[in-house]
Amino acid sequence: MSTTDTQLDLWEVFIQSRPGSHYTHAGSVHASDNQMALQNARDIYTRRNEGTSIWVVPAKYVTASNPEDAGMFFDPSNDKMYRHPTFYKMPEGAKQI
Amino acid sequence: MMMDAIIIENAFQEKIDRDLCIEPKDQMPEKYRLHLIRQMSQHAHSEVIGMQPEGNWITRAPSLRSKQILLAKIQDEGGHGLYLYSATETLGISREEMIEQLHSGKAKYANIFNYPSLNWADIGAIGWLVDGAAIVNQVSLQRTSYGPYARAMVRICKEESFHQRQGYEIMANMMKGSTEQKEMAQDAMNRWWWPALMMFGPHDSDSPNSGNAFIWKIKRQSNDVLRQRFIDKTVQQAELIGLTVPDKDLKWNEEKQCYDHGAIDWEEFNRVINGNGPCNKQRMDHHIKYHNEGAWVREAAAAYQKQINEFN
Ligand SMILES: [Fe+2]
Ligand SMILES: [Fe+2]
Repeated sequence: MSTTDTQLDLWEVFIQSRPGSHYTHAGSVHASDNQMALQNARDIYTRRNEGTSIWVVPAKYVTASNPEDAGMFFDPSNDKMYRHPTFYKMPEGAKQI
Repeated sequence: MMMDAIIIENAFQEKIDRDLCIEPKDQMPEKYRLHLIRQMSQHAHSEVIGMQPEGNWITRAPSLRSKQILLAKIQDEGGHGLYLYSATETLGISREEMIEQLHSGKAKYANIFNYPSLNWADIGAIGWLVDGAAIVNQVSLQRTSYGPYARAMVRICKEESFHQRQGYEIMANMMKGSTEQKEMAQDAMNRWWWPALMMFGPHDSDSPNSGNAFIWKIKRQSNDVLRQRFIDKTVQQAELIGLTVPDKDLKWNEEKQCYDHGAIDWEEFNRVINGNGPCNKQRMDHHIKYHNEGAWVREAAAAYQKQINEFN
């Protein structure tokens, strides 16, 4: 038995918590269009004034890597400790570096 | 129309005054947008052109370790260029337009990259002094008023921390080496110190563009304040490893609790920025050459995109 989908499209919600800060993923909502998505996101994720701004993006436009493949996927950076400042030996007494 | 512009500008300035950030979809005065495009694209171009003097030493790095480090650093700079180009694109200018402005000379890049990297000590001096000066500037820009620019700066500053350290490590090692190595390190210091100070731009008393930049909070601290901060933290680092700062007028000012420094040669600065530095032509020729030679890659990518879209 097939059911017709009455739930509209899925949108991913990103919230900026403080002016200027990065937009971080909060969750998702169902909506028919971008205006509805924004309003639903507001009502569901910012009831306590959690944000200064919201981005909504149709979930179908999100491409994600698979966490199970993380080992292989991120492998190129694993053996490059020299990308971190702690790799370097600073002369004793060097300040503000 | 006029009325609208005034309303937009008032609402905008009120936001700025309350220390709020401006985001791409917000209304902003045209002059603010153009100021940001000029500054951010110049910043992006600097990251990219800055890869040239360092790239010059990849094949001649003295060890596998130092070669890997230098590659990683240059790769970061390419990344910084990309963050900044993308952030600038949110203001409604395309990557092609920005590259075109670089090639035509309409857009500038940091003047310091018009100096040559003559030997390995220069790689040390660039990381320590040039990245060191850039960091001071970029830390301040983390609080700039345009959101995408500020966020790019946060990311860049995190990555920069190893750049300065790897440069200082090179200098410290050379200063523990032979007489010749010490002389090379000091010579590099002598050549890079003053151009590094010039990176902060003209003195506050004659900096024509900064009025609006402060009102709009694009700029948070003045050229002279940032330059002073760089000098004050770098002198100790130089002395610790036995390098002499090439400024006979440099001395600690007990009253002001900072260093006084000698006069900066702005004539040289103007000469170089107007195209007559040692490497201006070389840097631009190189960029244009490889940009043109890479045209087929861009064409292939566009053809691929077209094909994918046709079949899906
Ligand atoms: Fe950089
Ligand atoms: Fe850097």
